[in-house]
Amino acid sequence: MDYLGKYKSAVAARSTSAEVLRCSQDGGIVTSMFLYALEEGIIDGAIVAGQGEKPWQPKPIVATTPEEILSSRGTRYNVCPNMSVLKESVRKYGLDKVGIVGTPCQIQALRKAQLYPIGLRDVCDKIALAMGIFCMENFSYQSMTQIVQDHCNVDLHSLKKTDIGKGKYWAYTNRGAVSQIPLKLTHKYEQPGCHVCLDYVANLADISTGSVGSPDGWSTVFIRNNNGENIWNKAVAAGVFETKPIESVKPGLELVTKLATEKITKNQKEVEHRASFGVGKGLRNPYI
Amino acid sequence: MIFGKKEKKEPAPKSQEPKAPVSKPIAKEEPKKEERPVANKITVGHVHMSGCTGCLVSLADNYEGLFTILDNYADLVYCLTLADARHIPKMDVALVEGSVCLQDELSVEEIKETREKAAVVVALGGCAAYGNITRFCRGGQWNQPQHEGFVPIGDVIDVDVYIPGCAPCPQQIRNVCVTAYLLLKGNAEQQALAKAYLAPLMALASEGSKATSSEACGCDIMTKVINQGLCMGCGTCATSCPVFAITMEEGKPNIQRDMCIKCGACYAACPRAFFSFDVVNQYETIIDAIHGAMNPGGN
Repeated sequence: MDYLGKYKSAVAARSTSAEVLRCSQDGGIVTSMFLYALEEGIIDGAIVAGQGEKPWQPKPIVATTPEEILSSRGTRYNVCPNMSVLKESVRKYGLDKVGIVGTPCQIQALRKAQLYPIGLRDVCDKIALAMGIFCMENFSYQSMTQIVQDHCNVDLHSLKKTDIGKGKYWAYTNRGAVSQIPLKLTHKYEQPGCHVCLDYVANLADISTGSVGSPDGWSTVFIRNNNGENIWNKAVAAGVFETKPIESVKPGLELVTKLATEKITKNQKEVEHRASFGVGKGLRNPYI
Repeated sequence: MIFGKKEKKEPAPKSQEPKAPVSKPIAKEEPKKEERPVANKITVGHVHMSGCTGCLVSLADNYEGLFTILDNYADLVYCLTLADARHIPKMDVALVEGSVCLQDELSVEEIKETREKAAVVVALGGCAAYGNITRFCRGGQWNQPQHEGFVPIGDVIDVDVYIPGCAPCPQQIRNVCVTAYLLLKGNAEQQALAKAYLAPLMALASEGSKATSSEACGCDIMTKVINQGLCMGCGTCATSCPVFAITMEEGKPNIQRDMCIKCGACYAACPRAFFSFDVVNQYETIIDAIHGAMNPGGN
C-alpha cells in the first residue's frame, strides 16, 4: 500500500503573510495558495469552508474575493460538504477555473467526478487547483459541539481555535484559556463513514498539506503532479511561502508515514470486518 | 466476460491481433458514402425508446467533440433524429435512450432487436437505466392513454453499461464513447484502461438489470450509503442532482423524495457507491487519454 500517494516533492512551508498567519491553522498554506492563485488568475474562485449559521459551523462557499478566502482561514474540525457547491461554482458563479480545498475523501470524490461526470455538465474540465488537507477523521457538527462544550467545557461562542495534536484535542478560548482532553475520548464521536477511508494525506490532490511532520506554525506540503508543481513553484518564486527541506525539520515525513500507516491499516481492517459483519452477511464495500 | 454478448460472437479478435479480424465485420456495415474513411471505427446507434431526446441533445452538446467522435472513432449507423437509417442495423454499441413502454409493441420489439443486433447495449440516461420520470406515468395521457407501463430497458433485456443522470452529462457520454472505442479497437494497454474505466458503469448495469432492483432514486443514497455507515458528507450527491432535490443538512444529504425524479445520478456519483483506486489513481492518465483522443490533431 502506498501510504503517502504519488508526489513529486515534499517540503515544510509557511505563508509569508502575517495577515494569513494571524488566524491560520498552521502554515496558512491553503489560504495563501488560493489568494495567490486568485490574484494571478490561475483560479477565478475557490470552494472553501466559509462560516455557517451556527458558531463554528462551516458552510461551503464559492469565494471569489480575497476577503472571502481570508475569512475562511483555519480548520473547523467538523464536516463541510465542499463538493456540494461544485456545480454551482461553474453554473451559477460562472467560474472557468475552479479552486477547491478538500479532505482526502472529498478529493477522491472530486477525481471520481472528473472521470465520471454524472450530472456535472461542463464541470469536470474546469478544476484548476485542488488543494487537499491531511485528515485522520472528521466530526459532525453535533459531535464537535459535544466535544467542545461537554468534554472541554468551552462555549462555542468563546472558542478561538481547536486543534488536534500530541494525542490531545485542544480548545483555546478568546480569553486565553486552554482546555485539552485525551484524543481517545473523541473517538466515539467520529463520523462512521471516516472509518472506511483509505487516504490520509489527500493522495489525489494537486497539492496536499497538513501540520503533521512539521514544527508548530509550519505545514508539511506534498506537491503531487505537474499542475501542482507549476503553481507551487510560481508561488514560492513570488515569495508567497518560505520553505525548508522536509528532511531538515522534526519530526518530518517519518511521522506522516507512521500516522498514514496507522490510519489506513486500521481502516482496512474495518473494511474487512464489515465483509463479515453479520451471520453469513456483510455490509456493503464501496471499493471495487 | 466483459461484454457478455460480444464474447460469444468473436472472442479472439479482442486480444492479440485486433486490426485485421475486427475491421472486417465493421467494414461490412460501414456506410458507402463515407468520404474520408477511417479504418477501425466502431459503429454506434442511438435507439429511441420513451424518452425526451434530451440524452441525444446531450450527446450533441459535445459540439465539435461530436464531430471528432464521428470523424475518428464511431460511425453513427442508426439514429432516427440524425441519420437516415430506418431499421436497426447490426452495430457495436447501441446507446438506448428512454424506457420501454410495455403497451407499445414496436418499442418492445425494437429493444429486443437492439439486444440482438448490438454487441454492447448502453442505457443512456436515467429513463433507460432506471425509468426516471417515466416511473411516475400511469397512463391516461393523449394521444395514447393506454400507454401506462414504462420500465427501464434492463427489465426487458440485459444491459452492459449504464450512464445515469437526467440528462447524462455530455462529457460522461464522450468518456464512454472514447473508452468503448479503446476497448474494442485499442492496444492491450488501452483495452485494460478502458475495461477498468467502464467496470463501475457495467456493475451498475448488472445491478440494475436485475428486475427486482432496477430502481434508483435518492433512496439509494439512504439505503446503500448512509444506512450502511459509509457516508462522509462530501456533498457530491447534492451537486449531481439535476433537480436540486438534495441539500446538505448538518453535513449529510437531505433528500426531498417528492422532488426526486429517479435518474440515479446521485448514487452513481457518490464516491462511496463505488470507488476504484485502480481507476481513480490513474485519473491523469485517463483524462489525458480522453483529451488526446478528442484532440487528435493536437491543436
